[in-house]
Amino acid sequence: MADISANFLGIRSPNPYWLASAPPTDKKINVLRAFEAGWGGVVWKTLGSQVKNVSSRYSSVDYNGSRVMGFNNIELISDRPLDINLKEITECVRLFPDRAMVVSLMADNNRESWHELIKKVEDTGAHGLELNFGCPHGMTERGMGAAVGQDPEIAGRVVEWVMEVANIPVITKLTPNVHSVVPTGRASVLAGSHALSLINTIQSVTGVNLDTFVPNPNVGGQSTFGGYCGPAVKPIALKMLTTISQDPVTARVPISGIGGISTWKDAAEFMLLGATTVQVCTAAMRYGFRIIEDLCDGLNNWMDEKGFLTINDFIGRSVPTLTSWEELDINYHIVANINQEKCIHCGLCYISCEDGSHQAINLSYGSPYNTYSIKEEECVGCNLCKLVCPVDNCITMVEQRKGEEYVNWKEFQKRGMPLNDH
Amino acid sequence: MAVRNNRLTAEEYEQHFSDIHPPFETKDAAMVDANRCLFCYDAPCTKSCPTGINVPKFIKQITTDNLRGSAYTIFSSNIMGGGCAKVCPVEKLCEGACVYNLMEEEAIPIARLQRYATEKAIEEKWQLFERKASIGKKVAVIGAGPAGLSCAHALSREGVDVTVFEKEAKGGGLMTYGIAAYKVTPQFCCDEVDFITSLGGIEIRYGKELGKDITLDALQQQYDAVYLAFGVGLARQLYIPGEQLDGVVDAISFIYDIRNSGYPTVPVGDQVAVIGMGMTAIDAATQARRLGAKEVTLVYRRTQQEMPCTETEMNIALLDGCKIVWLAAPTEIRGENGKVTQLVCHMVKLEDDANGRRQPVITEEKIILPVDMVIKAAGQMPYEQLVHDYQLHHNNGKISVTNGISNITGVFAGGDCVNGGKEVVDAVQAGKDGAKAILQYLLDGAQAGNNF
Repeated sequence: MADISANFLGIRSPNPYWLASAPPTDKKINVLRAFEAGWGGVVWKTLGSQVKNVSSRYSSVDYNGSRVMGFNNIELISDRPLDINLKEITECVRLFPDRAMVVSLMADNNRESWHELIKKVEDTGAHGLELNFGCPHGMTERGMGAAVGQDPEIAGRVVEWVMEVANIPVITKLTPNVHSVVPTGRASVLAGSHALSLINTIQSVTGVNLDTFVPNPNVGGQSTFGGYCGPAVKPIALKMLTTISQDPVTARVPISGIGGISTWKDAAEFMLLGATTVQVCTAAMRYGFRIIEDLCDGLNNWMDEKGFLTINDFIGRSVPTLTSWEELDINYHIVANINQEKCIHCGLCYISCEDGSHQAINLSYGSPYNTYSIKEEECVGCNLCKLVCPVDNCITMVEQRKGEEYVNWKEFQKRGMPLNDH
Repeated sequence: MAVRNNRLTAEEYEQHFSDIHPPFETKDAAMVDANRCLFCYDAPCTKSCPTGINVPKFIKQITTDNLRGSAYTIFSSNIMGGGCAKVCPVEKLCEGACVYNLMEEEAIPIARLQRYATEKAIEEKWQLFERKASIGKKVAVIGAGPAGLSCAHALSREGVDVTVFEKEAKGGGLMTYGIAAYKVTPQFCCDEVDFITSLGGIEIRYGKELGKDITLDALQQQYDAVYLAFGVGLARQLYIPGEQLDGVVDAISFIYDIRNSGYPTVPVGDQVAVIGMGMTAIDAATQARRLGAKEVTLVYRRTQQEMPCTETEMNIALLDGCKIVWLAAPTEIRGENGKVTQLVCHMVKLEDDANGRRQPVITEEKIILPVDMVIKAAGQMPYEQLVHDYQLHHNNGKISVTNGISNITGVFAGGDCVNGGKEVVDAVQAGKDGAKAILQYLLDGAQAGNNF
């Protein structure tokens, strides 16, 4: 059995799965249930200035019958009294000393408020702080949350305030509602942040009700931009994570990855792109804390299969393979191959290639089953047919290099190699 | 032992003859199956439907909450898409071709989804079609069955005024009179006919039979074209001793009585033998059981491999408690005091003939079934005399046509009276083809430019 425990700046947890700062971590009853279920840690729901929440708060995007592909919320930070939160955090730390207890913070935008809040939180025995520079709704209008995270200078200043008093590790959580997460990430690291976490939610409108004409979620006939998360945002989160993993400044600190993680596979992907721990929210909100069982078990089995003894054996392993387009090998070429024995004649590869790609599939009419085959000379190796095929491994991509040597775009231009003639 | 009616309580009759097709209880349930559909291109299900319903499209439309569009997709290819969703042998048509079968996965329940979309349209009387302005032409259609109604609807949509002559008191043809009531309830049959005629431009004159109440000559004079869709009707005889005995009935009239007279009035025996293994035989056997017969035995002279009914149909009979005797050829019906008492069958061996086809060969071995009722379901015959009298070219009574056009100018034909008896869905397609040919004829050879 592999060792899946994590050590994040000395914050230890029996597994790399933390519950992200969100409704599942906003009170003792939830957090104890999560720990009992086996979660490695929690980031307690953001504490800070007094707020009041509205009803309703969530909306989602369904796709082809699958519920909650994407999830949106307009809930603010914790609306419970600070004292109660602090008391409950203290109890949770005492009851589960082996689990990570990180507390998310968003103080009013002045040094004193931050100092005061940090001191109170440290008194609970919590193991780390996460600075919420990412909340995209409600708080930004007051100059907090994403309003801080979107401006590297402000973010850097707030981190400096925090570092003046913090005695436990500080993680700065980045907002994705920016052109690039790197400037704020750098500013935070340069200001002393011990670690980064990303991504927070993405500003969104999930849809418009076609009967009432009011966008979702409906709050008494009105709506507001919410924060988008869930499986739909994972690819965006992975991209942003990679830029942080690759930047020479931000790469110095450990990263806690967030964004649509629902399965151990998602987690492994985040870790391969540089995350030391991962944070989960939507999947736990949807299915409950019990999902931790397969999150751990699946990761463990995969690590055993790959021969990884600890998570450090693969954290960041895929980062170097993500390069700029100019570095890609133009001589690398693959063509699709359809396994006729597996083919169920649905025609999805054909029509997607015909209308959406390079007309590289032959159709031979039959009754009722047509036969489809690849025109290898037309196939550009785009993967589309393989992606849409409903049968596992029916379409495979076979390597047929255009030339022996590695030639990237710059070299290609330099040599004046031929462009397409059709 | 006795053949008698009124064997059950009203509740029992209602229960036995209620719709066998479980509808989707909820929209969610329909969505689960609709979302499984892969949305195949040039889909095998569509190609396996005689009317070419764009199945992936109508299922996709269910998933996008476009139920009206879904119903239109179905009805624009098959105006009896509601009834066909209940009576089609889908396991050998659309569902049999579903690509999931090739993955060893359960096929999409196409018929059930089709019922989901069409029942709503029929129940709520959606007006999905609009007639074009009248083109000033009149067409007479003989028979308000699937072929006739399909032809009438297609013509009326194009602005033709259609009069349908129907010998029975209700429309729907075999759907109303020739199929087990638990598959298509009498109420559904009425609603379906109303749904079709709600387009306008279609008048059905009931109780008008060709050759009795009306003649082809007169119709030719009064109308611009005539479409013959009078089906088949005469039960095939067995030509064995004892067929005239009391208690021997043919399946066609037996089912007709069930559909026409009300369940309690139809007499049925205690021990019933049904001869044949086609769809009609099954419908007769199951309904005999459901009317209260104690024992129903299907007798077939070949094996399950050769049976004309589908396995699904056979299973309905088995679940109803019917027995099946394979490889038994009825050779004599015996009786006492004019009433049936025994069915004598000789056992059969199948032997390859010169063409390699397995042919039944009667052996000496015989079985005697004690019965008080024998239902013959040995097939139906075309109205050969009628066709002959009208000097229509025909093949053993089946009217010969090319693309729906008969040998008589202005006279067209389709459905069972042409093909000798196929599925409802085939008749609907024949009606569409006939309408296309008629329209071209009415427009004097001009390109109709329609896609029925």
